Amino acid sequence: MAILIDENTKVLVQGMSGRIGQFHTQEMIEAGTRVVAGVTPGRGGTTVLNRPVFDTVREAVAATGADASLLFVPPATAADAMMEAADAGIKTCVCVTDGIPAQDMMKVKRFLRRYPADRKMRLIGPNCAGIISPGKGFMGIMPPRIYMPGRVGIVGRSGTLGYEAASQMSAKGIGISSSIGIGGDPINGSSFKDILQLFEADPDTDAVMMIGEIGGPQEAEAAGYVRDHMTKPVVAYVAGLTAPKGRKMGHAGAIISAFGESAQEKVTILQEAGITVAPNPSAMGETIARVLPHRHAA
Amino acid sequence: MDIHEHQAKDILAKFGVPVPRGYLAYSPEQAAYAARQLGGAACVVKAQIHSGGRGEAGGVRLCRSEGEVRDYAGDLLGRTLVTKQTGAAGKPVHRLWIEEATDIRQEIYLGFVLDRKSERIMIVASGHGGMEIEDLAETDPESLVRMVVDPAAGLVEFQARELAFKLGLKGPQVGQMVTTLRACYRAYRDLDAMMVEINPLAITGTGDLVALDAKMSFDTNALFRRDQVAALRDPGQEDPREAMAADNGLAYVGLDGDIGCIINGAGLAMATMDMIKLAGGEPANFLDIGGGASPDRVVTAFRTVLADPNVSVILVNIFAGINRCDWIARGVVQAYQEVGLSIPVIVRLSGTNVEEGRAIIRKSGLPLLSADTLAEAAEAAVASRPHPVAA
Repeated sequence: MAILIDENTKVLVQGMSGRIGQFHTQEMIEAGTRVVAGVTPGRGGTTVLNRPVFDTVREAVAATGADASLLFVPPATAADAMMEAADAGIKTCVCVTDGIPAQDMMKVKRFLRRYPADRKMRLIGPNCAGIISPGKGFMGIMPPRIYMPGRVGIVGRSGTLGYEAASQMSAKGIGISSSIGIGGDPINGSSFKDILQLFEADPDTDAVMMIGEIGGPQEAEAAGYVRDHMTKPVVAYVAGLTAPKGRKMGHAGAIISAFGESAQEKVTILQEAGITVAPNPSAMGETIARVLPHRHAA
Repeated sequence: MDIHEHQAKDILAKFGVPVPRGYLAYSPEQAAYAARQLGGAACVVKAQIHSGGRGEAGGVRLCRSEGEVRDYAGDLLGRTLVTKQTGAAGKPVHRLWIEEATDIRQEIYLGFVLDRKSERIMIVASGHGGMEIEDLAETDPESLVRMVVDPAAGLVEFQARELAFKLGLKGPQVGQMVTTLRACYRAYRDLDAMMVEINPLAITGTGDLVALDAKMSFDTNALFRRDQVAALRDPGQEDPREAMAADNGLAYVGLDGDIGCIINGAGLAMATMDMIKLAGGEPANFLDIGGGASPDRVVTAFRTVLADPNVSVILVNIFAGINRCDWIARGVVQAYQEVGLSIPVIVRLSGTNVEEGRAIIRKSGLPLLSADTLAEAAEAAVASRPHPVAA
């Protein structure tokens, strides 16, 4: 099963014709991802990597039955591309673009609400590494080889810290069902809670590693969900113990501006909800190993 | 991106916020001239720096004569003000705002921020203004009124009226408050702001509202479409190392420790700093080298980190996805040759092209310490400090 992407997901790539788009699409195809088409306005009718390119997402969906879209679109036009995908009936959209204006994301979130639940697009990112179900397929910019197939879900804001977690787990023989990057922006498509809900319902996931960081209310919201609704064990790590208040640490959203947004406060909130928190970023693998049923522990 | 008080007042006034009359001055003579233009009576001289807490730091004074304005301006200009928000380095004063004095009867706090929970613009207000919002939230939380704005309709009049009544405003003040609130909202929305703050918004002796201080901060991601906002940037108020890093596509934040960090990804950078702290050290900086870093960008990262004289060890931690370990390794070797490194460097490489990268480090013959894991790298960095600081 896995979540959000598997071997049956038909992926189209908005912005596939560009250099970066082509490079990562090639990687995705090599990893077994079912990439069916590209969309680049003005390039309709051409072919890239043996896939047809369309002018609009609507045409691409009609011709190929694509149900997921990955965006390699520059910040100024990324919001427009997300709304185009939503209107064309795409179910899952992943946006890796960093640097999208916050008010553009406010507009996108409001736009998505106009669709009824059964045809509302799920947006992942922006400013994320993407999503992967090892052995089945991926949409994004991660190095697919570091992920071993298995039964632990990963959800995190940071791309590279997610790689770190996956490689620590691989070193202990622990595989991944799906790894989802929700991105480092202050307004994002899916929250920790949204993804935890999917992992809770996924029969192929036994436990979840959640990687948070300073800034924003989403870790606290997730803590409430885990406490009240989740039956699977959740291990967490929160980056930024040394981050000073009021300074933006790389990610647009990684800034402590309110009570409860520092790493230490988030750790306390997560622990109070019964979540096992890894004591340091080097202990993510061993901490998840401890909460797994014995057959999975190395 | 932050701007100065006088710039924020100028913007907000254009949108309809009442502000006192005032003039900008870059010299004591200009300041004295401004005081004369204001009628020669009492006026307020305010240092223009990108920080709150200027009053307590001695950067704001009520002056009663032109001579007093000239003397105080001479004293302030060129000085570095250290407030509780600037850190020990402080901010230099290169310009002053000279403003007519206001008879204050009551101070209101007014702030517009991006609320990450509702993902909308939120107004925070209090009838007990004048102090910082953090202090208000702690000492007087009951006085805070919050209101979220629906972006489809914008800030509608009844909402603004409700807020005015909640703050206890009466008569013509209500209409003035509605105008002020809607003006701030439009300025926030139309200029891609991230924060608008008027503190205090004063009720004067005649019962009118006027913005005595104003602060605006803007979304750097939107500057590409806000040329007029981008033009308000004052590099003199920025940390020179952070400005240099930003100009080279690196995210850098200077801190107080001695272990310099060069890392890819914001999350991994914060995690590495945490690991250093847990191993008993202190990071000198946050630095995200970004994706697809070329050897030249690695050299720039070294130069940026080494510009901090406190740095006694450098830790390079790369988990390459979109990056390439061989490029990073070549950059480290190049940095050794070009920058003339004389302090220990610990390198931890993982991910894309890791074998090639490690081989380059190994064959370089340079005194580089290799580490396999995050924990080993942090411990090696702490152990390599020439003058360990007592915990």
